[in-house]
Amino acid sequence: MRRVVVTGLGLVTPLGADVETAWRNIIAGKSGAATITRFDASDYACRIACEVKPPEHEYGFDAGKRVDHKVQRQVDLFITFGIDAAGQAIEDAGLTDMSEPERYRAGCSIGSGIGGLPGIESESLVLAAKGPRRVSPHFVHGRLINLISGQVSIKYGLMGPNHAVVTACSTGAHSIGDAARMIAMDDADVMLAGGAESAICPIGIAGFAQARALSTNFNDTPERASRPYDVDRDGFVMGEGAGVVVLEEYEHAKARGAKIYAEVIGYGLSGDAYHVTAPHPEGSGAYRAMEMAMRKSGLALSDIDYVNAHGTSTPLGDELELGAVRRLFGSAIDTMSMSSTKSAIGHLLGGAGAVESIFCILAMRDGIVPPTLNLDNPSENCAGVDLVPHKAKERRVRAVLNNSFGFGGTNASLVMKAMD
Amino acid sequence: MSDTADRVKKIVVENLGVEAEKVTEDASFIDDLGADSLDIVELVMAFEEEFGVEIPDDAAEKITTVKDAITYIDEHKD
Repeated sequence: MRRVVVTGLGLVTPLGADVETAWRNIIAGKSGAATITRFDASDYACRIACEVKPPEHEYGFDAGKRVDHKVQRQVDLFITFGIDAAGQAIEDAGLTDMSEPERYRAGCSIGSGIGGLPGIESESLVLAAKGPRRVSPHFVHGRLINLISGQVSIKYGLMGPNHAVVTACSTGAHSIGDAARMIAMDDADVMLAGGAESAICPIGIAGFAQARALSTNFNDTPERASRPYDVDRDGFVMGEGAGVVVLEEYEHAKARGAKIYAEVIGYGLSGDAYHVTAPHPEGSGAYRAMEMAMRKSGLALSDIDYVNAHGTSTPLGDELELGAVRRLFGSAIDTMSMSSTKSAIGHLLGGAGAVESIFCILAMRDGIVPPTLNLDNPSENCAGVDLVPHKAKERRVRAVLNNSFGFGGTNASLVMKAMD
Repeated sequence: MSDTADRVKKIVVENLGVEAEKVTEDASFIDDLGADSLDIVELVMAFEEEFGVEIPDDAAEKITTVKDAITYIDEHKD
């Protein structure tokens, strides 16, 4: 099987709209959570979110940098975030000037969990108020989930596989895993892979709040709301943004002297077959996804230095993931660190798995693991596990496991290792 | 320059993301300003909204330049 490595990274997050800024703020223990500004949420049960900041902010996002004005007007924000993150990644990889034959072998697998919910909401209101002739002609293709891959392929002339995963909060991890397989199976030499989300709109917040998934106890102290594994956790905080990596066949990367961040060595997928929103009570789907990814990687559990947990800060989910990790790792749990960066940037839904994979890669690059914020009183089940409370921790990180689990009972795990 | 022309040009600049100098009266939306057929649908909607006129599809098809738009609007607005 052909080997697959990571040669480019791109991030748009609530703590920074480029890789180094976001990572610096994550390691510094900052929180991206605040009162919702995108709309007036004052009469909502949940009034907080981790929004990507406006361009004038210290670490804000300037859409004009990589996304045409016309495209920005036509598409939902998740697509704009995705195009920018993909642009960062392909620039970082030094692949913006590929020849035509190379571009036939380069593709996109950038998905989203929900897609253009804000635009669906707002155009529905236009339809109701003004009738069908006032609905934008760009309505459909400005909201479709596969239109990040579509836009990016057009912008950079990428004519290989054009794919977009939709598996709720597992999207980002599945996108990377599927794209890695396309390279391994010789469908492509280069893939832009990742996920994006922007669903911080009235119907998005109302919908997740009605599903009892969001934190509602910390509206006055938003930075304390996302607290995975803490006894006072009460739901996730909605985030937004995008993460995209460049995956490349190893010999292809080596031949052109590319900077290689990591190798993707394991990918596991499973279904809970249990409930649409609640995780399986024994965490069996999570366990099987991790077990499959580890088996494919050929590593021993004791080789894993860092686990970036799904850890959304929901009462049930965190506990079950921790239980599954404990069962899988056995005594190897003593030597690894595990944290949830959702404590800092919230839950990026379809973007989460990709953004968190990038944090895993940076942990290996810099020999430091990001903290789990707000872990003041770990729940009982946490005893003996290094959950990296409050402060980042310097340590050797040579191999990582990243978990993502989604509504519908869909699970994905990725194993990556640093290059020797 | 008429008031209609100013307002039409402003909409074109905003919708198509082009520089104001390029939006001359002779400019063709597709050939000179980089619009596609859907952009024109959107432009026509914006003109209808701005000027309170109705531009039926068969009339919209004949609007290919900035000047065509200004003329149509001047002839049909109240």
